[in-house]
Amino acid sequence: MSKATWIRAAVLIGAVGALEIACRSGAIPATMVIAPSAMVVALVETLQSDDIGAHLSQTLSAVAIAMSLSIVGGFVIGFILNWVPFLRRAFSPFLAAYYAIPHFAFYPLLIVIFGLGSTPLIVLATLFAMVAMILATMAGLDRVPRVLLKTARIHRLSLLDEIWRIRLPAAAPHLLSGLKLAVAYSFIGVIAGEFILSTSGIGHEIAFAYDNFDNPRMYALILFVLAIVTTFNMVVYAYERRLMRRRGA
Amino acid sequence: MGGMFSFRALRDPILVAISLVALWQVLHHMAGDVAVTAPAPTLAHLWEMIGQARFLPHLRETGLAFLQALAIACGGGVLIGVVLGGHKLTGEVAEPILVGLYSIPKITLYPVILLLFGLGMPAKVAFGALHGIIPVVLFTMNAVRNVNRTYLRAGRAMRLTPVQTGWHILVPATLPEIFSGLRIGFSLTLLGTMLGELFASQRGLGFLLMTAIDLHDVKTILAIAVLISTFAILANAALLAIDKRLHRGAAPDTSGK
Amino acid sequence: MKTGATRLATVATSAQPDVHARLEGVTRIYPPRAGHGEVHALGPISLDLRAGEFFSVVGPSGCGKSTLLDVLAGLAVPSAGTVEFEGKPVRGEVPDGVGVVFQEDASFPWLTVEDNVSFGLRRSGVDAAETKRRVDFAIGFMGLRDFRRAYPSQLSGGMRQRVCIARTLVLQPRLILLDEPFGALDQQTRLLMGDELLRLWRETSATVLLITHALDEANLLSDRIGVMSARPGRFIEIVETGWPRERDSRLAERPDFGAVTARLWSYLRAESMQALGQGSMAR
Repeated sequence: MSKATWIRAAVLIGAVGALEIACRSGAIPATMVIAPSAMVVALVETLQSDDIGAHLSQTLSAVAIAMSLSIVGGFVIGFILNWVPFLRRAFSPFLAAYYAIPHFAFYPLLIVIFGLGSTPLIVLATLFAMVAMILATMAGLDRVPRVLLKTARIHRLSLLDEIWRIRLPAAAPHLLSGLKLAVAYSFIGVIAGEFILSTSGIGHEIAFAYDNFDNPRMYALILFVLAIVTTFNMVVYAYERRLMRRRGA
Repeated sequence: MGGMFSFRALRDPILVAISLVALWQVLHHMAGDVAVTAPAPTLAHLWEMIGQARFLPHLRETGLAFLQALAIACGGGVLIGVVLGGHKLTGEVAEPILVGLYSIPKITLYPVILLLFGLGMPAKVAFGALHGIIPVVLFTMNAVRNVNRTYLRAGRAMRLTPVQTGWHILVPATLPEIFSGLRIGFSLTLLGTMLGELFASQRGLGFLLMTAIDLHDVKTILAIAVLISTFAILANAALLAIDKRLHRGAAPDTSGK
Repeated sequence: MKTGATRLATVATSAQPDVHARLEGVTRIYPPRAGHGEVHALGPISLDLRAGEFFSVVGPSGCGKSTLLDVLAGLAVPSAGTVEFEGKPVRGEVPDGVGVVFQEDASFPWLTVEDNVSFGLRRSGVDAAETKRRVDFAIGFMGLRDFRRAYPSQLSGGMRQRVCIARTLVLQPRLILLDEPFGALDQQTRLLMGDELLRLWRETSATVLLITHALDEANLLSDRIGVMSARPGRFIEIVETGWPRERDSRLAERPDFGAVTARLWSYLRAESMQALGQGSMAR
């Protein structure tokens, strides 16, 4: 492990340790933040409780679906926008401002259109995550070096071959970062949606625990979400590192 | 070529805007007033709302929260980014942590913010700043790290003082990328402030939105959403134009477009 | 032993049986775009490439050398004039039998050297055994045997160019076009690569057209050298070197070698000064 990794590990452990001491000593009251060790204990308890399974599976399956739809859909749309300059010019300003729009405001409307349950949540999260993939796809396809496109013509490749064997592999690093963002935003979209206006799911349970002053349960669930998202990201990051090491760039 | 606003460039987005409004109208037809109110009445309602005396304090509250959050996110972000970018090891240690923080659903930390800051303005500002500061730091860090060493050597060869080097070389060299970070930080801070306002106080546009959601007042929900979205899109377009201008002098990409 | 160089004052010749490729009255004009008016990049230019010869093109920057190669390869369409390869017209599509090596690194970073080299044969209808034979030959010929499973990012610039050349080789092109392929390399590597290029030329009996800005290199490698004027580029001279087919970098030791280079410069000097004044266009 490199020096930076050691230092980072030390910093994180130190921060958690400091928090633990501050909480245990009462410097930070338990009504605000509970000690990290207490969080872990509460997490274990919560995971063992009966009702949590339904919430977990609802949230995680919603995230999985939103993730898949946004990655595939985002790629296709990004590809089309890259292909048809008129569409690209037309949509550019909206894409650039997309993430400033309060998506959650449209959530109640989605409920009325799609009814209660997971569907409006999934739609919202998909819409939220898709644009990240669209932008990354466009950026990746833009940056295919011209000399590689010329090489495709020298080899007299068909259009399909050129796209599949040259453009996509060349754009892969960007596509991968789009994928990472789409994953993150799927989580954010689902959980934020559940938080604001839902009657089930992890996001809702966190809000519910907050409303009922149940700090242990609240922090347990927060910790859970953070752990899952971070693990997911680390896996994707490791895969990306492996891929990029071959390419050197 | 023309300044920031050339009409040909605006033509296509305007077409899309018109199509979006048309789509809105169609959705209204399909889903009815209970889900989507039509464009005209919604905009009329928005106009009426803005005119009412009691609207202004809400607008001012949100504006104030947003500006403060923006100041912290941008000012603090650039400062931290410069430090992390300048000192290699610190940057290396911090980067994965920041990237990790960027990806987590910050809404999960919302209750923690509320517990730490209590209800009211501080919580909103904190939540907004939290959203915006990370991209600013990351972009600034990247910009500082990637300053072309040759520029610095040219500066030393010309015997510039540190201040001169900073002002005449470092600032222009890093400005385009830092500005991109600020642009993204702007959007995210706006989002964060709005989110923060949903539950944190009895004033502000976010509060109005939440009330409308509770009362199922679709017209008001849409009106506020349109107001915020329009502001976001226009502000972003302006920032984007500046962004493009700043990047004009950059070295050309050896790849495709 | 031939004695030095002879000059040809004219450019166009009547159709000869061994003409492999021909440009006639080719011009390329870029239409007006944002910021500047129309750009007359090339021509009118005419050239008969003899089958099996090694022809170099030299000229000041911005004179349209790369455009000439693009048009010849079918990568660009001329604004006027005709292009022919093996008797058939070329227009906007790369004909079968033409290989091109570019100045920029065109190796695919996501494939190993071996996969890079075999790239063109994958879907070409050549069977597996023949593919293996050609790939093995090309890799061996270009000295890449120890690097078969390496990725381009692990190789030096010169090695990567060898990968690109090997990738072109496996397609057995009859006309090989090279656009300043050694531009990014240091002088010593250039000389060695030049020797390899000559070996390749002799081995494949292909017709080679090389674009270079290095006069010594053009002199050493070529049977004929076309000297282009400043933009819009036209041939001001075509110089015949008369060097023997079996040549390598030791050719430079000949006493009459320097005279040819000096001749090239005498034509180019005025044109280069003019080009400097024009300011080169960003590539």
